[in-house]
Amino acid sequence: MRRSEIIEEIVRRDWLIVANIGYPARELFAAADRPGNFYMLGSMGLASSLGLGLAVSQPHRVCILDGDGSVLMNLGSLATIAHHAPDNFCLIIADNKVYGSTGGQPTYTGGRTDLAAVARAAGNTQVSRVSTKSQLARALDEHEGHASIIIADTDPGNADVPVIPLSAVAIKERFMARLMGGN
Amino acid sequence: MIDTRIVHCMQAAAVDMVVSLPCNMLSGILDHIDMLPIKRISVCREEEGVGIAAGAALAGKWPVLLMQNSGLGNCVNALASLTCLYRLPLFLLMSHRGGAGEQIAAQIPMGQAAPRVLEALAIPYTAVATPDDLDALASFMRQIYADRAVGAAFLSRELWHAAQ
Repeated sequence: MRRSEIIEEIVRRDWLIVANIGYPARELFAAADRPGNFYMLGSMGLASSLGLGLAVSQPHRVCILDGDGSVLMNLGSLATIAHHAPDNFCLIIADNKVYGSTGGQPTYTGGRTDLAAVARAAGNTQVSRVSTKSQLARALDEHEGHASIIIADTDPGNADVPVIPLSAVAIKERFMARLMGGN
Repeated sequence: MIDTRIVHCMQAAAVDMVVSLPCNMLSGILDHIDMLPIKRISVCREEEGVGIAAGAALAGKWPVLLMQNSGLGNCVNALASLTCLYRLPLFLLMSHRGGAGEQIAAQIPMGQAAPRVLEALAIPYTAVATPDDLDALASFMRQIYADRAVGAAFLSRELWHAAQ
């Protein structure tokens, strides 16, 4: 599936969304900008960690749109997630087997590394691999109310979308206002 | 005794989230925190802790990252391009290895570089070398959180020796 299909599936649920640096954040912004979106502009690898810190600190469901290259950069995060496993946590790894925001260089998930197996071996119990939009929708429903990790087989390639025009502080302030204001 | 006073500084600054890595010098503090209603998350690498602290700060928490000063080197980009860029509150409480009495040669280079790394990032810091410095630590921490800024303190080995 395309990354845009993952985005379509998550934005129709009223969750907080943390989007990884680069095209995941840019595509989310272009498709469905909203105050409950937190766009990572730097710190590659830390979307899953930021999402975990957010999930353990407040009750709304947190969905992280991450990538295979970023998760490979912070594999220890999968163990920390397994140990704390807040039930409002959902990590979606769009696994396109390339570093898509830097020119499409291959990652190891296109070779011998299976991130679903890594996530399970790290101790996570609710782990799914999906390859179609309908499988993703079903997995999101089944995992609701549990800490979950979904590896979504994604086509390489990015939508033609601009850089996010918001400042980091503006992204933070409206996100926090959304959180403090409830729904 | 010193461990208790450091934890009291954190409580006085209303810290409600601690992200931590292990250190011999910090083990008493970690044990003390676990007896309190303060959320603590142990992480695999310091940079990961910066991410978790940022997420907690978005939810209004006032986090501390408790680590060795060597860990500062593992989280420089995250501090710059996440915590500082988004102006999220964070306090780095570090055991300062590599000074007098250090048994591990590998701790010395980063022990010497760590203050200058903070200066390069424009992160204010204080050195806590004696028990008398602890009163100032609490007010420094409160100021950092009030400013939604990043601040740091180095806890020296002499702090524990002076208290014995």
